[in-house]
Amino acid sequence: MKRLLKGGRVVDPANGIDGVRDILIEGERIARVASNLPADGATVVEIPDGLVICPGFIDMHVHLREPGQEHKETVATGTASAVAGGFTAVACMPNTNPVNDNANVTTYILNKAREANLARVYPIGAVSRGSHGELLADIADMRNAGCVAITDDGHPVKTAILLRRALEYAGMFGMPVIEHCEDPSLKGDAVAHEGYYAASLGLRGMPGACEALGVERGVLLAELTGSSFHVAHMSARASLRAVRKAKEAGVHVTCEVAPHHFTLTDEALAAPVAYDTNTKMNPPLREAADRDAMLDGISDGSVDAIATDHAPHHYDEKKVEYDRAPFGIVGLETAVPLSLDRLVHAGLIRLPRLVELMSTNPARILRVPGGSLAEGAPADITIIAPDLRVRVQAAAMRSRSKNTPFDGWELRGGVAATVVGGRTLFVNPDASVGI
Amino acid sequence: MSPHATVHDIDRRPAITSLRSKDLLGISDLTPDEITLILDTADAMKEIASRPIKKVPALRGKTVVNLFFEPSTRTRTSFEIAEKRLSADTLNIAIATSSVVKGETLADTALNLEAMHPDMIVLRHSSSGACHLLSRICRSAIINAGDGMHEHPTQALLDAFTIRERKRQLNGLKVAIIGDLLHSRVLRSNILLLTRMGADVWVCGPPTLMPADIRRFGVTATSSIEAAVTGADVIMLLRIQLERMEGAYFPSLREYFNVFGMSEARMQLAKPDVMIMHPGPMNRGVEIASEVADGPYSVILDQVANGVAVRMAVLYLLAGGAEHEEAA
Repeated sequence: MKRLLKGGRVVDPANGIDGVRDILIEGERIARVASNLPADGATVVEIPDGLVICPGFIDMHVHLREPGQEHKETVATGTASAVAGGFTAVACMPNTNPVNDNANVTTYILNKAREANLARVYPIGAVSRGSHGELLADIADMRNAGCVAITDDGHPVKTAILLRRALEYAGMFGMPVIEHCEDPSLKGDAVAHEGYYAASLGLRGMPGACEALGVERGVLLAELTGSSFHVAHMSARASLRAVRKAKEAGVHVTCEVAPHHFTLTDEALAAPVAYDTNTKMNPPLREAADRDAMLDGISDGSVDAIATDHAPHHYDEKKVEYDRAPFGIVGLETAVPLSLDRLVHAGLIRLPRLVELMSTNPARILRVPGGSLAEGAPADITIIAPDLRVRVQAAAMRSRSKNTPFDGWELRGGVAATVVGGRTLFVNPDASVGI
Repeated sequence: MSPHATVHDIDRRPAITSLRSKDLLGISDLTPDEITLILDTADAMKEIASRPIKKVPALRGKTVVNLFFEPSTRTRTSFEIAEKRLSADTLNIAIATSSVVKGETLADTALNLEAMHPDMIVLRHSSSGACHLLSRICRSAIINAGDGMHEHPTQALLDAFTIRERKRQLNGLKVAIIGDLLHSRVLRSNILLLTRMGADVWVCGPPTLMPADIRRFGVTATSSIEAAVTGADVIMLLRIQLERMEGAYFPSLREYFNVFGMSEARMQLAKPDVMIMHPGPMNRGVEIASEVADGPYSVILDQVANGVAVRMAVLYLLAGGAEHEEAA
């Protein structure tokens, strides 16, 4: 089956394209990208003005919760949420139950992904067995089963020596080590960012230095080992400073920022609803200077990727006292609207840079297919509607969980359609694209 | 019974006769007029304690639940006496006897109580914001009797009442609050109330026990107890919990007393008519010397006595004040 996407603006920084092109899809792959392609037997899909065709967005940091926490999310509901949010692929964290620290769990997740047959799923394995921080997990086995990176996410790798070994060992396969950067003793039992709002609400706070210490440890060991180190969900300005310095020194370090960290500050703990547990995540919403630093890093190129840290939790788990609620919010279905509204329409970046952050760079960091509309590449395509008016409705989300602080927000920019391997898996009825 | 004050206050008479909110979650929700209204109402309530029959019918037919998830003697007793003096039907639920030990959530506990139609729930809980959670799901009036490290509004109100009784007004007074600032809900409520009423608030403690960005609360922060108490009209000590030593906030209780303890010598730096206050329970010889606690400047037991009057005022006003009485 052949389809010709005709007359849309194509933004594909991997191939230096930003202009009107036609895209011919043959089966699962992109056959041609050029101006004025003839229909030649293909079904012609006219792309309406104002829509933008991008290589499929890749969320390199999600929690799909399966196996073990299916009441929060499953691979099927999580990947449904992904395609509704414009993501053609997600990389899922290993803190399932059991932990993804061996090839059996990796295979289980990939089987579930095949059954769901929605967004592509790239499992990320644990650094250590059970993520306990003592013995290395079966890294080569997991890689052979399909894992693309390793992390003990949820927590930092327990010791510097284990992180060093992980970097050395994973480096042998060219796999990055993704780190939840945090000094556990500085974190203590904190539930919020240490600052005015936590102090006035009586919540225990962790400072930005808590995260930055973890970043500094990681970049030093990345320098020592020569391996690739990726900073997950960066939130503190001191962390960004450490990443910039390391990049200048030639260390193989990359970093991601979550939409909530470039959108919200710790003021959200107090208002509009005080102690809303959907403002509780780790790392926490930080003060305005940190949020502004994340925006700077996104616009100046220091930040490599936008990743959601999609962390579904059941409403029972969030409808408790603030300090007892689990950390995390869902993010797959709000990332594109927040990024378009807060980054592109705010004038901080232009669309090609957004595509780098959400597609090209995640593919490059994880060394997975995608991130490009090259001829012969898988036909993973995200079509966005940058001017669409979007109203976030938690209740309408595809994710099994609705824990978002953005319910009711009105944003400019949304997803028009999501195509994975040539199959159209999501069409937004509000965006009038007949794909 | 009239809610109007008859005694010696010269603070501006409030232009209001009721509170806006159905709940008392914290001082942060109160305007200066509302604070003055509560204190004036407490003046009238205090008189009841001197009668031979210490009971008025103001809350007759109202049900008040005292829901305490943390051990408390002073606050729970004070609320219960206040409720009984106003003729409310009261019941006490303490954590040991509640279904929380069976794994029920706070929200479910509250909704089950709510189903029995109480009028007010007085909540003490170790989690900051627990009262806000209840307020969102309950129709009953929620009164915060201390939530985590957040607020303890009736304590700040009784402190203000006690100060006003002696000093006639709060505006312009230098109030020094000394001790574990980081973990204290009494501190937060007192800062909010005293700064709102025009007092010059100084807070003092080791930097390890200072909340982040404390100056944004409109106070002067110092680790010099001498600077804090010099010229003070009021000195308020906060409890130092023994387990803070294990958290390495300071080296030892002895050293804490040497650096931050309220001794008779340090008291000499304050105004001659200084008031010494402590919300209790006290650690004698840690944050306060016994000679100071038991001395002529101490109003610590007055605070306890006034707690009943202030809590009566809060209960009375949240029940609808004079309007409710007329309807009954």
